[in-house]
Amino acid sequence: MRLSGTGNAADNPRDGTPGDDPMHAPRARNGRAPNVMRMGEWVPMRQHADEDEVDFVIVGTGAGGGTLAARLAEHGFSVVAMDAGPYWRPLEDFASDERHQSKLYWTDERIVDGDNPLQMGSNNSGKAVGGSTVHYAMVALRFRPEWFKSRTLLGYGADWPLDWREMWSYYDQVEDDLKISGPVTYPWGPKRPRYRYRAHEMNAAAKVLARGAEAMGIDWTPTPLATVSAPRGDSPPCVYRGFCVVGCSTNAKQSVLVTYLPRALAAGAEIRDLAMVGRIETKNGRATGVHYFREGRWRFQRAKNVVVAGYAIETPRLLLMSANPEFPDGLANSSGLVGKNLMVQGNQAVWGDFEEEIRSYKGPPSLAVTEHWNYEDRGKDFHGGYCYMSQGPLPTQWGSTQAGSHGLWGEALVSEMQRYNHVAGLKIVSEYLAQERNRVTLTDETDQYGLPIPRITYSWCDNDRAMNRHGLNFMGQALAAAGGRNIWEQGDDTNHLYGTARMGHDRRTSVVDGDCRSWDIPNLWVCDGSVFPTTGGVNPSLTIQAVALRTADRIKAMARGGHQRDA
Amino acid sequence: MHPRRDLYPGYDVLTKRDSPSWNAKTRDVLAERLGIGPEKHRFLDDEEWTTLKAVCDRVVPQPADRADPIPVAALIDHKLATGEHDGYRHADLPDQGEAWRRGLAALDAEARAAYGAGFHELGAWARDELLKAAEAGTLAHPAWGDMPTAKFFSGRVLADAVKAYYAHPTAWSEIGFGGPASPRGYVRMDFDRRDPWEAAEAKPGDAGEAITQNRRVGR
Repeated sequence: MRLSGTGNAADNPRDGTPGDDPMHAPRARNGRAPNVMRMGEWVPMRQHADEDEVDFVIVGTGAGGGTLAARLAEHGFSVVAMDAGPYWRPLEDFASDERHQSKLYWTDERIVDGDNPLQMGSNNSGKAVGGSTVHYAMVALRFRPEWFKSRTLLGYGADWPLDWREMWSYYDQVEDDLKISGPVTYPWGPKRPRYRYRAHEMNAAAKVLARGAEAMGIDWTPTPLATVSAPRGDSPPCVYRGFCVVGCSTNAKQSVLVTYLPRALAAGAEIRDLAMVGRIETKNGRATGVHYFREGRWRFQRAKNVVVAGYAIETPRLLLMSANPEFPDGLANSSGLVGKNLMVQGNQAVWGDFEEEIRSYKGPPSLAVTEHWNYEDRGKDFHGGYCYMSQGPLPTQWGSTQAGSHGLWGEALVSEMQRYNHVAGLKIVSEYLAQERNRVTLTDETDQYGLPIPRITYSWCDNDRAMNRHGLNFMGQALAAAGGRNIWEQGDDTNHLYGTARMGHDRRTSVVDGDCRSWDIPNLWVCDGSVFPTTGGVNPSLTIQAVALRTADRIKAMARGGHQRDA
Repeated sequence: MHPRRDLYPGYDVLTKRDSPSWNAKTRDVLAERLGIGPEKHRFLDDEEWTTLKAVCDRVVPQPADRADPIPVAALIDHKLATGEHDGYRHADLPDQGEAWRRGLAALDAEARAAYGAGFHELGAWARDELLKAAEAGTLAHPAWGDMPTAKFFSGRVLADAVKAYYAHPTAWSEIGFGGPASPRGYVRMDFDRRDPWEAAEAKPGDAGEAITQNRRVGR
């Protein structure tokens, strides 16, 4: 059956635009940018000449940079936001295919080492306008309030120079901007407003989590998710196709690409796709603009302020690559901490077989969550917390897990893979601690732009290992209580990136202040997961976005009050 | 270990190609992948290619009666030829192309040293012995150079062969995966529920019903 002429993404191959190749030729140019909500349509875009000294040039358009771009433009600042990746049109460009959709990832070479080398290039690394939010799992959780003062209140990590009540109000705004779908009442933490859209229906994998949690005597909830459960403008409700982590082809997902960036354009911001920033220029202790590669040549954009929002690998990489005689150790690096304290989160899992058919490929991958161990401190022999969620791995990812983490190959692998439709798992997002030895540095090898390739060094500490053990034990018991058999542990996975330009109260022990402004260079800012001094036990995007909104408001307030030098 | 079975008899995810589960972009992408023939190689030379095929046969073995085996080796060569990278590599490993070339030559050299025949000429048992030794890091022929064999096995052989195999619609049919799903998606999400466009599992003693259901998934 073929439904022709229905005008939906199934059946309306684009009227081919000659030469339209988003990975090699920019789409945002000639005064217009793609209307990502409509096939073949455009929206007008204000453009600036390189010689124009714009108020803000933002490097990166993901959860941090894209959100900030919208709010700064809405506050009346002139903004140019650059992204090294393509400007995708999801309705036209996104296939239901894991391998093809790896085009959303940052797959430029990176060297990994340390005792527990990180796997890069997929879930933790986006290269697209909209950044990793184009392929994230949409999990939208708030920090536990105490985590903003974890050193003072919980005895580990570092205090954030931010107040949780203020952050709580910014969470409200982001949740409204993204129309988060979530439960009527949330089981943990201080009272929060109702989620704007109803919770999604739970699939069988999520019901396994619920069964296990109830058997263990702990709370669970449908996961608050940034994919709509009812229509919103041009976004249809989620159809549960299950390819969320390789890009949403219907625009139900409320990524930065389809939310804040259209707002940014409407407010007068310019977005430059396929624009790789290689160096920030400084003069007399101030940033003057960025050198960037686009359309085959290096160019220089002048700016009154530069915001680095490339996430926790590219952000320190750019700051280090920008070293010059004035700042020989790299920009914003008088503390010596740029690139250090790289943090990830534990992403271990337990997997088991069930008598019933699960078919976890249907629906968003993490439809149920428990934050019990984020809010319960008793019974832990480690610092920090964790949540865990249901899972829905697609075949290539599942095969890679069975081979890479379960050690299967040959007949053992292909026969185990036939259990696919009967498997359910629980996967953790846990709080690891900052260590200065975990870091991003530059190598002598260069990439396609001629820029030094980063080296990413990562090792667990004892606290991280104790956390892993606790999480795997608890999840294993919960999965068994839910009816899982042949349970095995995936002990090696990590996710999310943080900490390499940390914020703090003291310029000696941090890179930026609470307004995300670098201590050393007054018109240089960082706005992404790099600024987190601790990770908390939840996914980062909602907090990155809340910090971005706050930063934009602080910049506006400082400009009004004359404290924001020259903006 | 459950033996491999025909668990979803009559199910072919490709019969959904013209259904509302496949958008135009997905049809393009899969047509290109399915156009990669089993002998197509551009990156590896003929000797490396022969060894690669013999490696893939053991890492992701396929049923002897499968009419069109998944061209795992050709999909790997395609990845190397087009320069699709993973986004990271371990500090001890060279670039993916160099790692594969050196690793395949070294496996062949190990085979000749241990058994007096090329890797591709060995039987299944001997090939597996060498692959297990690579996995355990106990091979030491000079042809490896400074490349750790265990990292080559996990980081290149397993990673690339498994990703290639499970990127193919034949593998999706084998494990009962619904396959592409845009824009139609799914409706029935609960335990033991399937939409009429999903694979039906053969229940013990009643494969007939599954065959009937599976013939209808493309309608």
